Amino acid sequence: MADQVSSKIIAFFEERGISRRDFLKLCGASAAALGLSPLMHGPIAEALAAAARRPSLVWLDFQECLGCTESTVKAVNPGPAQLLLNILSADYWEAIMAPAGFPATADLQDQVKKGGYICVVEGAIPTRIPQAMTGGTVGTGEAAALRLGPTALETANQVCKRAAAVVCAGTCSSYGGVQAAAPNPTGAKGVQAAIGVKTVNLPGCPVNPVWIVTTVVHNLLFKRLPTLDAHGRPKFIYGQLNHNLCPRRAHFDAGEFVEQFGTAAEARHLCLYKMGCKGPATYSNCPLVLWNDRQSWCIGAGAPCIGCTEPDFWDRMMPFYSRLENVPVPGFLGVEVGADRIGSTLFAATVAGAAIHAGVTAVKRRRRSQEQEGQGKDREGGEGQ
Amino acid sequence: MKLVIDPVTRIEGHLRVVVEVAGGKVTDAWSLCTLFRGFEIFLQGRDPMSAWHMAHRVCGVCPTSHGNTSCMGLEDAFGVTAPWDAWLVRNLMESAQILHSHVLWFYTLNAFDYVDVTSALKAKATTPSLKAVQDKLKAFVASGQLGFLKRGYWGSPLMKLPPELNLELAAHYLQALEIQAKAAQFLAVFGGKFPYHMTTPPGGVTVVPTIEDIANAESLFREVKDFVEGTMYPDLLAIAPYYLDLAGYGRGWANFLAWGVLEDKSHDPYKRVLPRGALYDGQLTPAQKVDPRQVGEWVNHSWYTPPCGNGRNPADGLTVPDFTRYELDHHYSWIKAARIDGKPMEVGPLARMLIAYSYGDPRAKKLVDGALKALGHPGQPQILLSNLGRIAARILEAVLVAQVTEEFFTELTDRVASGKAEWYTPPKIPQSAAGVGAWEAPRGALAHWNHIEDGKLSLYQFVPASNWNFAPRDEKGVRGPVEEVLIGTPVANPEQPLEVLRVLHTFDP
Repeated sequence: MADQVSSKIIAFFEERGISRRDFLKLCGASAAALGLSPLMHGPIAEALAAAARRPSLVWLDFQECLGCTESTVKAVNPGPAQLLLNILSADYWEAIMAPAGFPATADLQDQVKKGGYICVVEGAIPTRIPQAMTGGTVGTGEAAALRLGPTALETANQVCKRAAAVVCAGTCSSYGGVQAAAPNPTGAKGVQAAIGVKTVNLPGCPVNPVWIVTTVVHNLLFKRLPTLDAHGRPKFIYGQLNHNLCPRRAHFDAGEFVEQFGTAAEARHLCLYKMGCKGPATYSNCPLVLWNDRQSWCIGAGAPCIGCTEPDFWDRMMPFYSRLENVPVPGFLGVEVGADRIGSTLFAATVAGAAIHAGVTAVKRRRRSQEQEGQGKDREGGEGQ
Repeated sequence: MKLVIDPVTRIEGHLRVVVEVAGGKVTDAWSLCTLFRGFEIFLQGRDPMSAWHMAHRVCGVCPTSHGNTSCMGLEDAFGVTAPWDAWLVRNLMESAQILHSHVLWFYTLNAFDYVDVTSALKAKATTPSLKAVQDKLKAFVASGQLGFLKRGYWGSPLMKLPPELNLELAAHYLQALEIQAKAAQFLAVFGGKFPYHMTTPPGGVTVVPTIEDIANAESLFREVKDFVEGTMYPDLLAIAPYYLDLAGYGRGWANFLAWGVLEDKSHDPYKRVLPRGALYDGQLTPAQKVDPRQVGEWVNHSWYTPPCGNGRNPADGLTVPDFTRYELDHHYSWIKAARIDGKPMEVGPLARMLIAYSYGDPRAKKLVDGALKALGHPGQPQILLSNLGRIAARILEAVLVAQVTEEFFTELTDRVASGKAEWYTPPKIPQSAAGVGAWEAPRGALAHWNHIEDGKLSLYQFVPASNWNFAPRDEKGVRGPVEEVLIGTPVANPEQPLEVLRVLHTFDP
């Protein structure tokens, strides 16, 4: 890998406190997650070096649990210290920033004046009870103490609209998330639905740090936002069904299932479909990138997927321990048909035109193009596929 | 005059604090939660088996505790007990989260109140690794993009550490960022991921850990334990002498509550590693028994309809939001005021350590007495009823939990090696039942109440740590614990009320 990257670029990063080894690991991890060949390590390195002035990051928190911040600071290659000191300029991020109160709000106003930052949003925006989320100091002295801060709706309108790009970290900012679950007591909405700004959605409960980092690297490398699916999700992350990437898939195909938690069947890592796994209706690359420095992931630890990267999953995927209906059982319709049918019929109403995702086999691709003429090939893949 | 801090940064959630300052001291205070999501409403009518995933989502910093508490409440309603081997896994995950949380708190959330990063640049770097950190910080400052460090409290006369100590703490700040991620990795081995582990449905655990999994988790745990014992605890002792003034204020009501955490094989909450109990008026005599039935909630100063309060117990709880106006002498918070028999209670590591200490628990006693000696106040546990005590208790608890975690690993390894381990007891969902789970988050006592009717949840209520510590005033106008603790806090410079921020952070909100 090292010979793909010029010594000049490595020296550039070493001056900024990133070791040669760490830097090559970052390039490798990014390339792998973006589905790029090792030949792309050189261009990735150059793109990162070109960003000599660290891109400005404004991270907003609305109706949230801080889980997506917590998850993001679990990143590795680059780790949180590198992200903060070497890669981004975290100009506003309440969870980590030194100042509080008035000077913190002043930091945010500085950024709004400048504009052009990457705005990451965590949490939903209440629209029916706007005061269900307020924050910030307006004015000075005693008058400021007697006036509640701006609502999330007001802050989002002001801050998101001045951003170069708005990235929604997690399901709440993407689609409203848990507080939007029926009956949605506060009228919680995702950012795009609440204020009409185009967003890059990185749903997940929480967001996987790999998704945040690779989205940033993608922007630096390609100088544009990634290709998105019908739900605003980058195709290079959410292009395939969890089920199609699952290492337990062979057991599904063979009809070998876990029938009870914590049993010998689980020790053999059989398929969790009968325990309620929502992998057959969930788009994400979790089985490839895993979680927490690749320690494990939900299905890897015997837990059925709850579909947390899908819009409205709290209402549509619950009950979590009951098997999905309409999933053809192997041997009945055949494996190939089964896998495709799951993605396209189960969520037909909402997934609509985006049902065709990248990464299906060439055979499936051919067959589908015969079946569904008119759906252009450009819908099929994100970059690097 | 009144001063406001909004947003209170470096916390979980959304907090606003208003203080009245006269004669350089806080004379009155109001703590406000500025966020409402409606969990207690949208959990109604849901499938009881699935509910723990949803109840889990209350807090992304202490998710494991909410997940475990929810499952305990549901298991109580279902009448099922998870096998002890499953509890060993849950205890390990809970320990991982406590270690994760306390490391993250001491450095990432708390350190910038005491450590002056600009002073660190002037230090004489005594080792090559400190020199490397200093160079990194210098390059960062020279870039002109100060990012998250812009407008910090640098150069304030309240910052008292010498440059060399500031540099060392800055280096540990960066190291801690890596260590908290390691603690999360250790948890993820058993939980699938963190935040929001996936593996503890009511009845046990889904994961079947192998000896290799346990060895992997244990090696990650060792790195965290080494840091807690070899870096974090020594850092506490190194900086405490410069900030002993913090021992002089922040006593508050001195009522303490813990439901207890880290399960004992007997399932007796008074035998948990950190046991259940309540202390009143700063009396460190053995703690009294306490039951979730003693909890009452008040909404006289919260944005809920009046029937939601009146001392209702959460088993019969009601949540109907009613935002009217923001008025400090009427309604000013989204938090209901929780009380035990009408009394405001402080919760968190200080409560847990004092309660364990009051019972004469040998581990707690050894650690507390050792720290008092090191701080120059041997035999004076009363000095811990202060902001300094709140900080110290969190670090001592991390040391204690690291010791116990080692025992959990040994026991689990033996059980898996025996080939007899059991992970799951399938529950039957009753048509009609009620349950309560009472446990601890790293930041304090946490309980979940549920009712099941027709096989669905008809009620779900929470009283998390913030409903205790950050409670607003109650029916009688009695201040919540943090509001009371803030009284008497010095404010040297009203433009920069750093002392107030320090007090708030001692609660790890």
